[in-house]
Amino acid sequence: METVLTDIPWALILILLPLGGGMLCFLWPRMARVFGLITAAGVMLSVVGLGWQLLKNGVYHHQVGGWGAPLGIDLYADGLSLLMLIATALVGFGVSLYSIGYFKPEKAIHFWPIWLFLLAALNALFLSADIFNLYVTLEMMGLAAVSLTALTGSREALSGAMRYLLATLLGSLAYLLGVALLYHGFGTVDIALLGQRVEATPYLWAALGLISAGLLLKTALFPLHFWLPPAHASAPAPVSGVLSALVVKASFYILLRLWLEIFEPIVDGEGIETLFGLLGVAAILYGSVQALRQTRLKLLIAYSTVAQIGYLFLAFPLAAAAGVTAWSAVAYLAISHALAKAAMFMAAGNLLQFGGHDRITGLDRVVQRLPLTAGAFALAGVSIMGLPPSGGFIGKWLLLEAALTQGRWDLVGVIILGGLLAAGYIFKVLGHTFTQAEVTHQSTEVPAGMEWAALLLAVGAILLGFLAAPLLMLVGIGDPFGISEIRS
Amino acid sequence: MEKRHWLLLPLLLTLTAGLGYAVLSLPEHAEGLQHMVSNKMETSGVSNPVTAVLLNFRGYDTLLEMVVLLLALLGVWSLGGAALHHETMPGPILDTLVRLLIPVLILVAAYLLWVGAHAPGGAFQAGSLLGAAGVLLLLTGWRLRAGLAALPLRLMLVAGPGLFVAVAALLYLVEGQLLAYPPAQAAILILLLETVAMLSIGATLAALFSGERPQDKESK
Amino acid sequence: MSPAFSYALVGVGLFSIGLYALIVHAHLLRKILAINIMGSGVFLLLIALAKRTGDAQPDAVPHAMVITGIVVAVSATALALTLMLKVAAATGRAELPKEEQE
Repeated sequence: METVLTDIPWALILILLPLGGGMLCFLWPRMARVFGLITAAGVMLSVVGLGWQLLKNGVYHHQVGGWGAPLGIDLYADGLSLLMLIATALVGFGVSLYSIGYFKPEKAIHFWPIWLFLLAALNALFLSADIFNLYVTLEMMGLAAVSLTALTGSREALSGAMRYLLATLLGSLAYLLGVALLYHGFGTVDIALLGQRVEATPYLWAALGLISAGLLLKTALFPLHFWLPPAHASAPAPVSGVLSALVVKASFYILLRLWLEIFEPIVDGEGIETLFGLLGVAAILYGSVQALRQTRLKLLIAYSTVAQIGYLFLAFPLAAAAGVTAWSAVAYLAISHALAKAAMFMAAGNLLQFGGHDRITGLDRVVQRLPLTAGAFALAGVSIMGLPPSGGFIGKWLLLEAALTQGRWDLVGVIILGGLLAAGYIFKVLGHTFTQAEVTHQSTEVPAGMEWAALLLAVGAILLGFLAAPLLMLVGIGDPFGISEIRS
Repeated sequence: MEKRHWLLLPLLLTLTAGLGYAVLSLPEHAEGLQHMVSNKMETSGVSNPVTAVLLNFRGYDTLLEMVVLLLALLGVWSLGGAALHHETMPGPILDTLVRLLIPVLILVAAYLLWVGAHAPGGAFQAGSLLGAAGVLLLLTGWRLRAGLAALPLRLMLVAGPGLFVAVAALLYLVEGQLLAYPPAQAAILILLLETVAMLSIGATLAALFSGERPQDKESK
Repeated sequence: MSPAFSYALVGVGLFSIGLYALIVHAHLLRKILAINIMGSGVFLLLIALAKRTGDAQPDAVPHAMVITGIVVAVSATALALTLMLKVAAATGRAELPKEEQE
């Protein structure tokens, strides 16, 4: 029985199942919600299966077509891929559950196929070991994300989606030019082979610059973040959740992977690491301050994403001397933020549906009328602020530890300041939800599925705070960070 | 606005110079994967190296790219499409042009599909021609009959990527690797996949041009 | 410097010209055209450098990559054009609104 379980190609199912599900939703729109939920559940099951398989057999390696790199394309799953796939599956299920109640039929008919294809693109991206294949998955993800962003049809959504599309296309083209230089310089597009073959030549530097610039634009690191707030704030609530939680992390994952496997071993990276660190600091400070200034809830949450992405980049300057801790922090922050931010956007969607607006000052009485939603927002906020117990706390703690052991007091200060600012904007929102209303507002019912989906993801973010040991052990499968021991 | 240009130009010139220098520093002579491709070509089922790479060695990329094309259509439909001008009476030039060109386009598409196995050609090239034929027809005011425009059209659009996914999964069950064609059947499998892909690509390109998603009979 | 490198440099030039146009022009159609020109530049570079093999047959893998890239570019352009038309219908002008804080 056990061998049967580990023999099933869970990684392939992760890619093919959502593709098939999306096509079915396209062909039979009336059954779309059923197909969608079944697919999301199937993805969760497959991720569990893959995790089991990785624990038993180590990294998963599949040569598509039987040809093997460099001629063919390889699929590869190690601890880091698994972590991102877990985040995708959890957020994917939560978003699917939420969307059943959220979309009216005329929008749902378009939402489900595109959403399932986005899920497939994410899974294919995290499993790919080929930089050109990653380009195709990036485009697939980008087109799906843009279409979903524009789904409400409002003027802000259309402009936000257009800006997003132009930014993502620019990023992809810069990335592709880098891929072209790498292929023509080293004769392969396979990540593992490139790692063996690269040398510090001018075209390698050019490729590094182009790929980094393209992926930084897609990850919305300051100052290339300009497209994110309008897009994430004007998209439908579940879509905003997916965008902030998963889509920006996907390009970050590629950057991290290429950095670790190809560029970092041979490039004298101090300048680049310092640059990433500086931009991360700027992102944290700018994003948090801007979040404090917002009067609309979804824009506040979007700027919070800009800030949280900055934390991920703080690990680059810290990794040189404290690699284990710094990269584990990144992994933890990525998955915690994914769950918490998705929950937060879904809670905002509930509030929007309930009150008809998302002005922060108008959020009174929410605690009494929508306790589950308020709870979801509060729990998610705990993780974003980095308070114990939560996944966000573990991530920030690991980052602080990495900074303290190297005497980087500047980074310690920034992390603490970022946490304080986050507390500022989270409590600003929560404070308004607890106030009594002077005037009774007209309110609309919020479906239970939407409230529970938000709450479950928020609870998940908190639970991550208790799962540090097993999670860090999972991330270490296959030694993705190039270090032989992961502390538990 | 003018001030920004003056800052931008030197930055871009530096970028171009840097990229140019990087390109020129590439090795003068490099084979890339050419030898590996020619060595494995007998087992690939086709004798055109580009088709072999596209449909066999890197077929997984092609599978995903067909989904990307379908995604673009889904996106355009979700936006409400772009309404075409209705031309119920095409002018004499368009009318004659269409009558002459459509059969030629279809023939050339079929030829390109067939010849793709051993000379430049293949599913995408043929599909583009069919798409062009569809656009010409749409310009004359022709529309797909309502009964065909709903589920049958969707089936045609999905057939290309859908068959790819099905074949990929099937080959995994049979051969143990995703999309691993058994060498004896490779040629016929590739031809089958390319034919259905050609039809899907043509339909998708024409549908991208046409406008809104056709309504199902039962939908509100 | 063989002809392959001349074409590759032209590709780099197209990439930069497209980037300039993308940043500078406000009209969305020009931005979309700029993206397409950048894409053509990258494809040109991919194809040109595939000819460095020395003998008659060029390297087929970049050719396949460019076919894939063209399909992706067509898909993205179709979506971008439709989105542009919708933005123009909603806001009255085919331009992105200026960045203002609400």
